Amino acid sequence: MTNKKFDYFISGEKSKWEIIIGLEVHAQISSQSKLFSSSSTKFGSEPNTQVSLVDSGFPGMLPVINQFCVEQSIKTGLGLKAKINLNSVFDRKNYFYADLPQGYQISQYKNPIVGEGELILDMPYGTKKIRIERLHLEQDAGKSIHDMDPENSFVDLNRSGVALMEIVSKPDLRSPEEVSFYIKKLRSIMRYLGTCDGNMQEGSLRADVNVSVRKVGDKKFGTRCEIKNVNSIKFMEMAIEYEANRQVQLLESGKIIDQETRLFDTKKNSTRSMRSKEDAHDYRYFPDPDLLPLNLEKSLIDKLKKELPELPDQKKERFIKEHNLSSYEANILVSEKEISDYYEEVIKDCDKKLATNWITVELFAVLNKKNLTINQSPVSAKNLSSLIKMITSGKISGKIAKDVFEKMQSGDNDPTQIVEKEGLLQQSDPKELEKIIVTVISKNQDKVEQYKSGKEKLFGYFVGEIMKVSKGKANPKLVNEILKKKLH
Amino acid sequence: MKSFLLYLRSSNNMSNISELTLTKIVAGIKKREFTSEEATNSFITKSKKSKKLNTYITECFEQALKSAKNFDEKKDFNGLLSGVPLAVKDLFCTKNVKTTAGSKILHNFIPTYESTVTKNLWSQGAFLLGKLNCDEFAMGSSNETSFFGNVKNPYGEKLVPGGSSGGSASALAAGLTPATIGTDTGGSIRQPASFTGTVGLKPTYGRCSRWGIVAFASSLDQAGPMTNNVEDSALLLQAMSGYDPKDSTSVNKKVDNYLSNLTENIKGLKIGIPKEYRVDKMPSEIDDLWKKGIEYLKDGGAIIKNISLEHTMYALPAYYIVAPAEASSNLARYDGVKYGHRAKGKNLIEMYENTRSEGFGNEVKRRILIGTYVLSSGYYDAYYLKAQKVRQLIKNDFDKAFNDVDAILTPSTPSSAFKIGDKSDDPVSMYLNDIFTVPVNLSGLPAISVPAGYDKNNLPLGLQLIGKPFDEQTILNISLAIEKRANFKKNYKVWWS
Repeated sequence: MTNKKFDYFISGEKSKWEIIIGLEVHAQISSQSKLFSSSSTKFGSEPNTQVSLVDSGFPGMLPVINQFCVEQSIKTGLGLKAKINLNSVFDRKNYFYADLPQGYQISQYKNPIVGEGELILDMPYGTKKIRIERLHLEQDAGKSIHDMDPENSFVDLNRSGVALMEIVSKPDLRSPEEVSFYIKKLRSIMRYLGTCDGNMQEGSLRADVNVSVRKVGDKKFGTRCEIKNVNSIKFMEMAIEYEANRQVQLLESGKIIDQETRLFDTKKNSTRSMRSKEDAHDYRYFPDPDLLPLNLEKSLIDKLKKELPELPDQKKERFIKEHNLSSYEANILVSEKEISDYYEEVIKDCDKKLATNWITVELFAVLNKKNLTINQSPVSAKNLSSLIKMITSGKISGKIAKDVFEKMQSGDNDPTQIVEKEGLLQQSDPKELEKIIVTVISKNQDKVEQYKSGKEKLFGYFVGEIMKVSKGKANPKLVNEILKKKLH
Repeated sequence: MKSFLLYLRSSNNMSNISELTLTKIVAGIKKREFTSEEATNSFITKSKKSKKLNTYITECFEQALKSAKNFDEKKDFNGLLSGVPLAVKDLFCTKNVKTTAGSKILHNFIPTYESTVTKNLWSQGAFLLGKLNCDEFAMGSSNETSFFGNVKNPYGEKLVPGGSSGGSASALAAGLTPATIGTDTGGSIRQPASFTGTVGLKPTYGRCSRWGIVAFASSLDQAGPMTNNVEDSALLLQAMSGYDPKDSTSVNKKVDNYLSNLTENIKGLKIGIPKEYRVDKMPSEIDDLWKKGIEYLKDGGAIIKNISLEHTMYALPAYYIVAPAEASSNLARYDGVKYGHRAKGKNLIEMYENTRSEGFGNEVKRRILIGTYVLSSGYYDAYYLKAQKVRQLIKNDFDKAFNDVDAILTPSTPSSAFKIGDKSDDPVSMYLNDIFTVPVNLSGLPAISVPAGYDKNNLPLGLQLIGKPFDEQTILNISLAIEKRANFKKNYKVWWS
């Protein structure tokens, strides 16, 4: 797959441009309770039903760090091969907004819990390493709702105080496709780790996208714009493409880029200015005096390191080495933890190569068609495994297997029962087969003559006829052998 | 015999109960010398007659009487404060009782929760008598910044009681509550104690939970007891202290039995006298008081050592950067959105501006402005960061000094109570009143102010003892030794009832 070359550039009227992208991903930590309070984090509850006195900023309320969230962020850091900082500090980011009850967000500014790490992308043109700058812990704000009443805004504080990891990449990404791969890989790692469910529809994963452009060959970065809070991969790709082209047009017409924060309008497929650098907030960061610095024991890091599950990169390597899969196949199978779990369940006692094919071709076709995830697969790993076993043991042919697979989909039916009930067992008795073959030959004497006089292509015709008569159950290998003899 | 007992009880003039110390009241109730109801009535009667002092923001007299009667029926003496009514500073959130922090912005705020410290008191058998006036958000040294009007000092109608726990100090000195609790961010317990002839103790940072106390400056705030004498201080400190998992800065350290360990024997203790506390323009009577204190301690067998706390002069400027910085952020939550005062506005920003303009008083606004300024980008390093470095140096001074001494003796304040209005237009001169108390908060140390004498106008003056972290016991013991020798007596004339 590495014969392709990276070729994502913007051809302006005057020059060829390269896009520089850095991401700030906000990933909601999978946890029962919030970062500094014991309120539930369950999604989709009635507004303001998961709000403690701490989350709503009542007088005299104090934050207490949720140790589980700390461990989740350490695990994520380890998954990104990053440096874990034994000493980190919580800071207050001060600004006024109706859905920010304390008037500040507790975040980490100068001393984040996780330092530099990396993420490997398997691009069609080879692997690419994206450097991670940092990961820090912070609390989410609530939600302002402006469209429920003509005069009033409403505030839902259910999200207020929910734990987020902000994962900041270096400006190493060069195309919308790389961004898409980056998000998918990051999400996959966090799902393997169980640290973030990566559900973009529910807002568990959002990103601020920093975009700038420069002429191909230039060393210096251009002025960047930050596109705030994009919540789907598709929108990220669209936003980047629009924004990069906007910047190229400006630069080529002799204008300059203002460093600013922009919003992506999904309906117009364009970005618009939200605030300029001059209007940027002065957040007046300072260490939160309500919280002690976060001092971690090295033993905790070591323990979490030992407990880390096998991550996609390692799993891929193992699949290639031990299961003799291609890099392409392995990539697909490890792309999501659930897929690899499914695959590993199927191959417990059946052929690995065949299983790979059945999963990546037949099963995925069904899932795509029905828009299902692997967890919603109509065919369980166990039943797919029995189906494959019946093929390798010669009980059914590959062709019959496809029919059986079709029938398995309505209610995860056991393939052995289907085969038995419908009498689909492969006909492998040579005497029985010979009977069928003799009948077919005798009915087609003219074709036999033609075949014998050199029209060897007719061999396939006979096989087809034999299959028809046997209702597809004839063992094709044996049919071939016997037919050859009979036609001589 | 029965009629004789009845005679004795009825002869016990109820208003006299309010003259008793906390320890005596606890004992009196326990020994059935009087009931909790009688004690409570005594303080209520006196409080009702003392409106001129303006000490209460919220009176809880009916509820207190109910609690007293309830106690008298059950007579559960298991607590350290069984059957005792207590009025507390209106900075402690009290469940279902209005908690204002002396501010318009919280004038209608009724918490649904109880602060840990007050909860501790109630679980020791005490109950709430009322909420006491204080400077707005505890920002002030005279109780003149309260939205609910200034508090007067029993020692003179025209005198401030000190602040910010001015209502607490005044109510205590006037006998309106057997004891009380305050909070101390830069001297807010010790300075009013000194101005009213009472004992005020600021515990080590982390000794008492801050949970449920309206925050001023989180890294400096600490609740503490305000009492008529040292013995009461030991008892009340014991009742209110303790680790609280809800406050990450509270320290998990065993609470000593301060009262039973209390002793006036200070023989062999080494007491430091810091030369930097001899400030310019300090009235000679303060210096005389300090010398008298040294004599008392020598008399008790303590060893006096001259020490140096060389960065003392930077404490006040550092404090007036750190405290406003934290306050500016802590007070951001009062925005009219969730609770408290809300003004009208055409949009969110205008609502914020109007709410906060109307809701906060001038001193609070001044400190929010200072705090916002010192944290601003471009100024952070020059002000906030530098102040934090100075803070560390001040703390180092104390650490070094405590290698040689067990406690440090200083005056509590550079003057006695000043007149209402005297300093209210001059914030710097007002801030200078905290010069001896703020280094202690910056260092997180425990300190106590104990009344030790009078100035030429017969106004009370206090001495301050600063202790090692979590060594409240030693400063209580030394204070007791001073108390025994100073023989301080309330000498005001009741002018307010």
